[in-house]
Amino acid sequence: MGFLNNLINGISLGSIYAVIALGYTLVYGIAKMLNFAHGDVIMVGGYVIFTCMTTWGLNSWLSIIIAVIACTLLGIVIEKVAYKPLRQATSLAVLITAIGVSYFLQNMALLIFGEKPVNFTSVVNVPSIELFDGQIVISGETSVAIIVSILIVVGLSLFINKTKSGRAMLAVSEDRGAAQLMGVNINRTISLTFAIGSGLAAIAGALLCSAYPTLQNTTGAMPGIKAFVAAVFGGIGSIPGAMIGGILIGVIEILGRAYISPQLADAIVFAVLILVLIIKPTGILGKKVSEKV
Amino acid sequence: MKNVKRILALTVSVALAVSCFAGCGNSAKKNSDTIVIGGSGPLTGDAAQYGVAVKNAIELAVKDVNDAGGINGTKLSFVFEDDEADSGDKAVNAYNALKDNGMQVMVGTVTTGSCLAVIEKTKQDNIFQLTPSASAQDVIKNDNCFQVCFTDPNQGKGSADYIADNKLATKVAVIYDSSDAYSSGIFNTFKSEAEAKGLDIVTEQSFTKDSKTDFSAQISAAKNADADLIFLPIYYQQASLILTQCKSANYSPRFFGCDGLDGILSIKNFDTSLCEGVMLLTPFAADAQDQATQDFVKKYKDAYNGETPNQFAADAYDAVMILAELMKKEGITADMSVSDICEKLKKAITDKDFSYDGLTGTGMKWGKDGAVSKDPKAVVIKNGAYSALTADDIAASTAQ
Amino acid sequence: MKKEGASAKTKFFKPQTRKSFITYAMVIVAFVVMQILSSGGYISSMLTGLLVPLCVYAVSLNLTVGILGELSLGQAGFMCVGAYTSAIFSIVTSETIENVWIRFPLAILIGGIVAALFGILIGIPVLRLKGDYLAIVTLAFGEIIKNVFAALYLGYDSKGVHVSLKSLSNLNLEPDGKLILNGPQGISGTPNDSTFIIGAVMLLITLIIAYNFVYSRTGRAVMAIRDNVIAAESVGLNITKYKLITFALTAFLAGCAGALYSHNFYTLQASKFDYNLSILILVFVVLGGIGNIRGSVIAAIVLVLLPEMLRSINSYRMLIYSIVLIAMMIVTSNEKTKTFISTNTAKFKALFKREKVKEAE
Repeated sequence: MGFLNNLINGISLGSIYAVIALGYTLVYGIAKMLNFAHGDVIMVGGYVIFTCMTTWGLNSWLSIIIAVIACTLLGIVIEKVAYKPLRQATSLAVLITAIGVSYFLQNMALLIFGEKPVNFTSVVNVPSIELFDGQIVISGETSVAIIVSILIVVGLSLFINKTKSGRAMLAVSEDRGAAQLMGVNINRTISLTFAIGSGLAAIAGALLCSAYPTLQNTTGAMPGIKAFVAAVFGGIGSIPGAMIGGILIGVIEILGRAYISPQLADAIVFAVLILVLIIKPTGILGKKVSEKV
Repeated sequence: MKNVKRILALTVSVALAVSCFAGCGNSAKKNSDTIVIGGSGPLTGDAAQYGVAVKNAIELAVKDVNDAGGINGTKLSFVFEDDEADSGDKAVNAYNALKDNGMQVMVGTVTTGSCLAVIEKTKQDNIFQLTPSASAQDVIKNDNCFQVCFTDPNQGKGSADYIADNKLATKVAVIYDSSDAYSSGIFNTFKSEAEAKGLDIVTEQSFTKDSKTDFSAQISAAKNADADLIFLPIYYQQASLILTQCKSANYSPRFFGCDGLDGILSIKNFDTSLCEGVMLLTPFAADAQDQATQDFVKKYKDAYNGETPNQFAADAYDAVMILAELMKKEGITADMSVSDICEKLKKAITDKDFSYDGLTGTGMKWGKDGAVSKDPKAVVIKNGAYSALTADDIAASTAQ
Repeated sequence: MKKEGASAKTKFFKPQTRKSFITYAMVIVAFVVMQILSSGGYISSMLTGLLVPLCVYAVSLNLTVGILGELSLGQAGFMCVGAYTSAIFSIVTSETIENVWIRFPLAILIGGIVAALFGILIGIPVLRLKGDYLAIVTLAFGEIIKNVFAALYLGYDSKGVHVSLKSLSNLNLEPDGKLILNGPQGISGTPNDSTFIIGAVMLLITLIIAYNFVYSRTGRAVMAIRDNVIAAESVGLNITKYKLITFALTAFLAGCAGALYSHNFYTLQASKFDYNLSILILVFVVLGGIGNIRGSVIAAIVLVLLPEMLRSINSYRMLIYSIVLIAMMIVTSNEKTKTFISTNTAKFKALFKREKVKEAE
């Protein structure tokens, strides 16, 4: 029973990682850059919901919608201000800029909301499910996280494969130059990618802070990095891969914490990343890309 | 780049020059007709509520001592500086300011980190130091420093004794912070005392400051081991998360904590109904029925806009009262040197015939190591307030 | 005649030699100034102790970023290795080797060598990757090192050495034993051997190593690989070997920095060597100029001392750093700003040279 409970906790955490990893995988697949600030957009989303609900007394649905809008705008602004001037620059310069943006968001939040963690009120209002006389409990947050992540994966896959903008995104990720020649507006497509990724980050923020009801300026940093690990694990650029990778990383982390050592759980997650990159650098569902001279 | 470097160099040199002027201090002034007690604690910042409570209580105690005739006729006076609970230069600056203001005996500092930053200084100056609330063992490693509060490890022993003697549980789970000296110090003594008392610790779970948000694995382990009590020697912020996550796992054991949980009721945006029935070992409960506590609470409320004093205030009040009693016995006068006072007080406080009955415990005694020995008190959270734990409460919660 | 003299002088001192000697001189002058300031009590001794390890660390990261052309976010892990191994060495030998002047340099050397071994071990898989993947994998290794050290309990008693990854009670230490590593609470009892003089000497040695490396055959080979891997490979350079040498060298320097760092504190936790430390040093490197070793040292000194001097801006410090990081990257990498800067610096330089010529005449 204990193992099943841990497994459920792992899937719950993994579903949240999956939603974050989707944002990474989209941006990496299309803009070809590691958006280090993605985790911090989650934190911003959390604070927006917190402010809406606690300070302004709005209900949870409205707060989530406001957070999604705010994060979408934030994503677009970050892309326009910090990343767009660097389209032609080396990946080193882009990476350092992304780290700068991440630090900027964290320290802005520190100045506005202070260092002390705040207690977050769960946005989920679903009763928990009990199985086997209460031996196994699936909390409301867990069921919502799993359902939401599945819905997002399905919705996003449909969007990318069926709509015009989605296909434009695919085209840009395949070959930026060719897509441009075919009349795809590169800048608009990349902006759209950032908008979607950041909107997803707001949802991830709502789920993360509801399941682990605390919020401070560094809340998003570690989950963000672990979600990137998940995206690489599943195969970067692949939407179902992000989902599978996220859940696996969540389960590995929780089982590691429960059965090996709470101090070493993070180390185990990162060891998985290194193993994947050495054995199969393209991840579980990733495509092989040959490098051009 | 060259001109940038020049500008930087210029900025540094200007900054250096400015800091030279900032160094000029004010000279010592000594008010010769009173004995000066100095205190230092956080009046601003996150831990401000602790420092303000201590400052208020010192003020109250000094007034009470003076109204009752002072120290054999000599009045007490006090100075207090803000150290922002910093464990570096701010604490040392606050201490230096106190010395400049003629401090002869120190009641402080309030927090452990600041205290560790100044103990070597107080040792150097040989000033008698009695801290109301800095609880780490290292605080009292020099012979001039004593504590009013329990040393961290003693809380673990006290908790194990309390749980075992009152038969609160048969199977105990512990969740502690292995990266924190306070928490693991309590845990280690709790564990050895629990073994001695025959308490069954079914699982020991830890977390670190890098993993202090998700407790699902730890809670699931406790639930799986059928623990009927979780011992939480941790701070209130993490405890509030554990309470919330236990609720969503439909798990409701008893919770027992130490003084780190004090403050859990004032967390913003936290459902305090989850705390109902949480027990904690803390030296002071404002609604205790004894005369001394009731008098103190009334005086404190009258003086400070109806605020209810917390354990920090009680510790500080006791600290001044203890000092006053020692000073009367040793015939301390205002013109004695800091070092002479220290030597006399050191001898007096460790005298085996000396004991003090205060707000935070009766029969308080000190050994050469600086730690206090007194009986711990337990409180329970009832109707959203701390109240003294009685046999009825235990019976009532067992019946549930 | 004058012209000939000038050219003879430049022949005698190669430009790079002149550059490195100016840097050494600057370090010595800075050391003397700091010594005067700290004896006057204007700079806390803690600060001077911290300054040198951060400078050494900045040089180490600059070699990775500037010379190897890759971003390592796990350099703090090597510093952690160096800090822990050297501190353990000093604690164990504090009774057998009494002389600080022998013990501490040995400790630094051991810290550096163990860190270099870790560098080679990690470098073999890591250096197959590049760009974003290399950055994230070094970050992963840094976190693994930090977490493993934070979970490590180590002590010795009459029965020998005890190690545990679980908890203090699993260590089964006899009452007479001595605890060296206490899990997440870290190492305690490190002797405070680090003095500013040893630090300054160490910084000088670091700079000598760094400059000689950059201008050596290996250094030029590494830079060729950085600029064009395929071209470098086609002229027969062994890519893996050169990359690995550089990586091990930077790990060695980071390990030495860790050793200097740990000997400032009686207690030290592994959690100090987190990703934030790597980022802080990255700011030094970027602000000092990527690939510019002297710049890193200057930036480290300025950015460590300035916030101490100007307390009021302290809460904005990291915010300002992040803006600086973004702005520097946009300014130096964007095509438009790049051309703007290069034309203007050319003009500026021309102006400067003309003045010099006039002076000479």
